[in-house]
Amino acid sequence: MSSWVKVAPFEDIPRLGARVVRRTKPDGGFDEIGIFRTEDDRIFAINNQCPHKKGPLSQGIVYGDKIACPLHGWKISLVDGKAEEPDEGEVACFKVKVVEGIVYLDV
Amino acid sequence: MQKMKLVVVGNGMAGMRTVEELLKIAPDLYEITVFGDEPYPNYNRIMLSPVLANEQTIDDIILNTREWYAEHNITLHTSARINKIDRKNRVVYAEDGTSAEYDRLLLATGSKPFMLPIPGKDLNGVIGYRDIKDTNDMIETAKIHKHAVVIGGGLLGLEAANGLKIQGMEVTVVHKNDWLLERQLDKTAGRMLQKNLEAKGLNFLLNKNTAQLIGHEDGEFKNRVKSVQLDDSLIVAADLVVMAVGIRPNFLLAESAGIYCNRGIVVNDTMQTYDPRVYAVGECVAHRGISYGLVAPLFEMAKVCANHLANFGIGQYKGSVTSTKLKVTGIDLFSAGDFAPADVMNDGREEIVLHDAVGGIYKKLVIKNDTIIGSVLYGDTADGSWYFQMLRDGKAIHEIRDNLMFGQDSLGNTGHLGQDKAALMTNEMEVCGCNGVCKGTIVKAIQDQGLFTIDDVKKQTKAGSSCGSCVGLVEQILASTLGGGYAPPSSAKAVCGCTDLNHEEVRESIRKNKYLNIPDAMKGMTWRTPNGCATCRPALNYYLISTWPHEAVDDPQSRFINERVHANIQKDGTYSVVPRMYGGVTTPDQLRKIADVADKYAVPMVKVTGGQRIDLLGVKKEDLVDIWKDLDMPSGYAYAKGIRTVKTCVGSEFCRFGTQDSTAMGIRIEKAFDHMWSPHKFKFAVSGCPRNCAESGIKDVGIIGVDSGWEIYVGGNGGIKTEVAQFLCKVKTDDEVLEYSGAFTQIYREEARYLDRTVHWIERVGLEYVKQRVLEDAEGRKAAYERLLYALQGAVEPWGERVQKRAEHKEFETITI
Repeated sequence: MSSWVKVAPFEDIPRLGARVVRRTKPDGGFDEIGIFRTEDDRIFAINNQCPHKKGPLSQGIVYGDKIACPLHGWKISLVDGKAEEPDEGEVACFKVKVVEGIVYLDV
Repeated sequence: MQKMKLVVVGNGMAGMRTVEELLKIAPDLYEITVFGDEPYPNYNRIMLSPVLANEQTIDDIILNTREWYAEHNITLHTSARINKIDRKNRVVYAEDGTSAEYDRLLLATGSKPFMLPIPGKDLNGVIGYRDIKDTNDMIETAKIHKHAVVIGGGLLGLEAANGLKIQGMEVTVVHKNDWLLERQLDKTAGRMLQKNLEAKGLNFLLNKNTAQLIGHEDGEFKNRVKSVQLDDSLIVAADLVVMAVGIRPNFLLAESAGIYCNRGIVVNDTMQTYDPRVYAVGECVAHRGISYGLVAPLFEMAKVCANHLANFGIGQYKGSVTSTKLKVTGIDLFSAGDFAPADVMNDGREEIVLHDAVGGIYKKLVIKNDTIIGSVLYGDTADGSWYFQMLRDGKAIHEIRDNLMFGQDSLGNTGHLGQDKAALMTNEMEVCGCNGVCKGTIVKAIQDQGLFTIDDVKKQTKAGSSCGSCVGLVEQILASTLGGGYAPPSSAKAVCGCTDLNHEEVRESIRKNKYLNIPDAMKGMTWRTPNGCATCRPALNYYLISTWPHEAVDDPQSRFINERVHANIQKDGTYSVVPRMYGGVTTPDQLRKIADVADKYAVPMVKVTGGQRIDLLGVKKEDLVDIWKDLDMPSGYAYAKGIRTVKTCVGSEFCRFGTQDSTAMGIRIEKAFDHMWSPHKFKFAVSGCPRNCAESGIKDVGIIGVDSGWEIYVGGNGGIKTEVAQFLCKVKTDDEVLEYSGAFTQIYREEARYLDRTVHWIERVGLEYVKQRVLEDAEGRKAAYERLLYALQGAVEPWGERVQKRAEHKEFETITI
């Protein structure tokens, strides 16, 4: 079942950039989701932790529909969360949509 | 739209490499059909010798499996020899009746072993050495027969002889010249090689031609070769004769189709034949009158050909300089270029020779017009690829001539036990200290996965992909594993996979076309990707802002995170904060502020850096702006490809030895060049006397005070490779220090490649060039210094700016849900 949560105005996500969303979990802890915007204004949301050494992906460089991790340069697809070969690993993807200029995230 | 049809005749390394290159750049352009006359998919022909020597198996050397062809929708016909091309109707026909239509035809029919036209050449047991079948024939023959004769003491012949010996045969090599490998070696090295091979149990008959092959006339082995008769009537027993006297381009098919051939299929620099729909690559072609029998040139051809097949229309093949290496385990031999005996009086070619007969080492370099034009290395080939690189680049060698023979000792970097000779390493030894990759892993990846370039090895094994200090070692391993298959990358390589342009061409284009932002630059230079990648965007951004200061757009999204947020990211995603302390001088007031901030924000670690300032480590991103506000100190740029610190010693103000006020000089430099971006990080140091307490000898610009003024040193580096800075000049006044070091810095900023430290740049252009620009050209020096000052004019302190305009920098806020 979808549960859409309002995140931020779309314009607050920089083009070819990202923002971090901190999500409080039911147990009181939290995790982080990166919201990414491509050059052609598509928007993606994936877990903020690189499968390699947990680098904060949202701090990397966005290009095409990929993100290069800021720590060791792993390249993660924003579309399916998979690491580019020959690296192996993937991160969780989340549904995200923009309605009337506001970004919503399906948590 | 219907796809065009590409038919490839020849399922070998050249043809398939072209297909692979084509799939990389235009995966959907063609429907591809491949014909090969062997029953196997594409395999690594240069690894046949290790197969014969029991070091590898056939399965190990398959490069493209049948699944690979299927995955890429390539129709593969094996055991299908094409015997007719109908160019009018654009159809090829195979002997087995198969046919295929084409829009573009690629001929990669390779070469054939040359069989001596002597009596008996058609007897059973007389073979060439070219493919898997020949290799299997040899292995099978060795099981039941005893005597083998190899005709030809070239690379292939010696590898065959070595393999047959390992298979258990008695092997004699017949060679018509005075010494072995006469095309690769001079006489001295040839003799040394012969001695070593004799020690392995091979026999040699030199200065001999073969007159005829004699067969069994009856019995079990009727029509099989029995012996070899030489021109001096000597008869040698032979159950197997391997002819390895050379190869001939296989162009019969092309010729029969009326395509112009002249000892090979004649192609132009785009690998096109006289029929514009037909291309040809590999050993079958004659390019500018030359046919190549080594794999490295084939790959260069493949790249160019694929580019034209993809309709990109750029790239020209202009011929290759080749190097060779003998793939006989335990024998190290490398040669490249022109190494015929030199005669400096008559042809201007000089030679430098090192010969240690007892140690089994022989090295010769042939030099002409201040560049290496050829090299022969025997016994110690560690520097082969280094010499070859200089040969290809035409690098001027006078500055290093004295040490040239002793090799690239600078390979002795940190991280791998000081080991700098790959050949001496065991398989278990670590090559890449960053990623924990052993030599054995690299060798296995090269062999099993068919890797041919440094980039492939980096990608597949991670070796050399982090700090890069072991790339020299990895290159040695690659070169020795591949033998003649290795081609060092040209040093002027493309910026990244998004473009074919190299760094210099990109810079030139930005200057000439006055591109002021990344999208325009990419469009103007026809980038292949819509917005580049994490490699080219930071480089482009730097080139734009350094070429057009105050005009070009500085794009934060094209900077690495550290420069985007003006702090250094740490392994756990926190940041470090290093405020500037000009010249390493601080005050009680600053220290109190730092202490208060550390308390208030519970900073986990406070550390004194190597650059004479204080580092607050473990800061959360959302605290950065508050911390900067409370600190109220300028950014130390400790995260930047830009000016870091100016390290100083105490100097004459307090020190009893000091001859100059190094602290004041350092502060002046740091203030003058504050906020400067550069291709890589940039460090200064100023010492007040030659005791050099500020370690000026390992800085990008190191300044040392002497009684009568200042000495300026450049290109030092304390990092991966410790490089001692070189003396640039001596000046009298403080103003001159700024002008000379500023001009040097600016020329580096304008001309070095992104991520080149000063040492790398100087290594490439030569210190003499730097001296000419900074010392001899006084006007140029002043102008360069002015350009630096202009670029730095009105620079904004980044931390204060973010404190002021907090609302515009949402990046620092975390969204919570």
